[in-house]
Amino acid sequence: MVKTTKGLRLVLASSIAAGVLGGAVFAQEEPKYGGTAVIHMVSEQRILNPALRASTGVYNISGKIVEPLIDKSYDGYEPVLATEWTGSDDGLTITVKLREGVKWHDGADFTCEDVSFTAMEMWKKLLNYSSTLQQNLESVDCPDPHTAVFNYSKPMPLELFVAAMPDLGHPMPKHLYEGTDILKNEYNTAPVGTGPFKFVEYERGQYVLAVKNEDYWREGYPYLDRIVWRFIKDRSAAAAALEAGEVHESGFIGVSMADIERLSNDDRFTVGTKGYENNVAHSTLEFNHRNPILADLKVRQAMYHALNIEDAIQTIMRGFAKPGRGPVPSAGGENYTDDVKTYDFDPDLAMKMLDEAGYPVKDDGFRFKLRHRPAPWGEYTQLWAEYYAQSMKAIGIDVEILTNDAPGFLNGVYRDHDFDTANGWHQFRSDPAVSTMVWLRSGSPVGTPWTNQFGWQSDEIDNMIDAAASELDPEKRASMYHEIQRRAMEELPVIFAIEHPFISVTSKKLKNHHNTPRWNSSSWYDLWLDE
Amino acid sequence: MPLPIPPILSYALRRLIQSIPVVILIMIGTFLLLKLAPGDTVDALVGDMGGADAAFIERLRAEYGLDQPVWVQLWRYMVKLASFDFGWSFVYEQPVATVLLDRLGNTLLLMATSLSLAFTIGVALGAIAARRVYSLTDNVISTLGLIFYATPSFFLSLMMMLVFSVKLGWLPVGGIKTIAGFYTGWDHVLDVARHLVMPTAALSLIYLSFYLRLMRASVLEVADLDYVRTAKAKGAGEARLMFHHIMRNALLPVVTLLGLQFSTVLGGSVVVETIFTLPGLGQLAYQSVVQRDMNTLMGIIFLCAIIVVIVNFVTDLLYARLDSRIELK
Repeated sequence: MVKTTKGLRLVLASSIAAGVLGGAVFAQEEPKYGGTAVIHMVSEQRILNPALRASTGVYNISGKIVEPLIDKSYDGYEPVLATEWTGSDDGLTITVKLREGVKWHDGADFTCEDVSFTAMEMWKKLLNYSSTLQQNLESVDCPDPHTAVFNYSKPMPLELFVAAMPDLGHPMPKHLYEGTDILKNEYNTAPVGTGPFKFVEYERGQYVLAVKNEDYWREGYPYLDRIVWRFIKDRSAAAAALEAGEVHESGFIGVSMADIERLSNDDRFTVGTKGYENNVAHSTLEFNHRNPILADLKVRQAMYHALNIEDAIQTIMRGFAKPGRGPVPSAGGENYTDDVKTYDFDPDLAMKMLDEAGYPVKDDGFRFKLRHRPAPWGEYTQLWAEYYAQSMKAIGIDVEILTNDAPGFLNGVYRDHDFDTANGWHQFRSDPAVSTMVWLRSGSPVGTPWTNQFGWQSDEIDNMIDAAASELDPEKRASMYHEIQRRAMEELPVIFAIEHPFISVTSKKLKNHHNTPRWNSSSWYDLWLDE
Repeated sequence: MPLPIPPILSYALRRLIQSIPVVILIMIGTFLLLKLAPGDTVDALVGDMGGADAAFIERLRAEYGLDQPVWVQLWRYMVKLASFDFGWSFVYEQPVATVLLDRLGNTLLLMATSLSLAFTIGVALGAIAARRVYSLTDNVISTLGLIFYATPSFFLSLMMMLVFSVKLGWLPVGGIKTIAGFYTGWDHVLDVARHLVMPTAALSLIYLSFYLRLMRASVLEVADLDYVRTAKAKGAGEARLMFHHIMRNALLPVVTLLGLQFSTVLGGSVVVETIFTLPGLGQLAYQSVVQRDMNTLMGIIFLCAIIVVIVNFVTDLLYARLDSRIELK
């Protein structure tokens, strides 16, 4: 017996919805064809192949050129290059029906051979996150050009497969990659896809330019003639470019928090977190449990009580966030629960707990000293580090902040374990098994960033994580993640302090923007410009 | 009988031979210094990606040759460099030579225009201020020089951007050309010039103040020397005094500064290029440090070392031209 998901139904539903909603949109504002949307990006991208680099920076550009099998909309998972997906009862086979009549930008047909090649040669072997996810993938058969059968040696939950596809499921053209050194293939920086926009040029240090795909499979789309992604490292200069009208959108908190607040009062812009529901992140506080002081649960709990999370959200994130509730964010759907232990802001209780734990205030005014490494990504990460240090000082803990750049931070925390506490932001990627569980699961090799390198280990949690990853029953799976979340909030291996989506500043000239939960990574086929 | 080698050629050859060990030492020293910094390009890459699994990281390190001991990496690099092979940039996924050549033109353009402007205007204003010492003109020029000297380039850049791009809309915020403008011929030249106005002004105003202050002091000193007084007593006019007697000698320390500053302007261009998103070597150097892109960074340093050697050589030639007492030996 075969279990069918809502793939096919979604095609119909989305077609009907497109007609109904489209009609509604047309009644209000007639979309205009033409124009060039200019998008700000802080960092350059080394390559633009989403089947080799799982990164929101890569998707922000290549998501318009290369499409995934499945994307995520506010109504759930929607078919893109796949039209239907089914899983066998034993979880060892997943069958994906592929869209017919789709062509690569060079004119070749898109077929199962492309999916099979990309899955085996890139997703399984070379793509970060995916190589773990697809480690049990044995083969992808092509019974016909538009059917791909994924064969696994161990059960793969269909929900996990589908949840991973928007980020980790971009097929690439086999005919351009087969027989080449994949990592050095010229199309990694000049991608050929099936998407609504065709790659034109990548001027290093300046911009990437893509133009309308006149043969796009969704008829009547896209609206825009061109998209330009401009790399502006300096956040103040990026804000100036927005105000001068040279840039239409800056996403992923690409301008300073002060400018975000200022521009949110400017009628020319829309500022908000909509469109990032699938890209939420946690601002964390990580402990090195090798330090005997921090290995004491009472100390960690006391430190949590000393953090005024609500105040931090208002002052650092300007209100665009909410308190974290463990390793699964509220965007985690059925896998999330808020029925967990919480820690109210109570410095007096924190000090009492530290006294009880055997760390009274000494003559120098402090109980003990901690060396703290803040991650260098994002202005708010640095601000959160300073907020944490001040909060700790108030209860008699001296925190020394060690500032470092990205490689220095990753080495200091994840390889050399040369820290007492650290903070960063860690992104949730659709499913706990794809991303957040690695912060709790022990056994990651030393030096692997954003994994449990904290010296904390629990056999029970490890077993629960492994079981949840291969559980086929969605309800059982969700209850397992609820339990893991509860345990994480009680034992505090890491404090998942603040849950925040990213923030965009968007010119009101752009229309149909931020209309999916991973908008910056999506294809923008319906984006238009009112100029 | 062999033809005698002209002194200038023999001097140039000797300087070239002397500069080879200097450049080699610079490259070895830089390589080792960079290796002392924590982390490598794989760490930076993984940081950008938001994470990766252990097998992926290990495979990349092996692919980039970063799993080898430092001395092996150094030896391999120096052997390649001997044949002017700068290697592969793992950040830009291109040969380093291509990456450098793409940026070199923009930086040289920015440096040449900025330094020429700074030097010409600075020297002229310095001379004027010195000849009207303690007058209103001198006070205005000196005060302006002091303001430019004391203003950080990032602040000057952002203020210019605010006024000329955001408020007045006269000039583009950044970049080197209008994207998707597809200009050709003179239109392209004018487009690039328009994009260079603010970065050039931001960079040159600071250096202009150096030349201005030095030229003023130098002219004041030279104008007080006996031979100037003699020329004046013999009836030389102001113009003849300035251009034939004072300027030539007063320029000597300013020319020295010009030579020395060529390398510091390259440093200054890091800030200006980053703010104005000007794709030059300065911006590339900054990115390469952050990304631990060793090959590209080494390529930039090699290029800078060569440029500084050449500029120092040209400065020495200019010295000999300006002061006949100096001989090239």
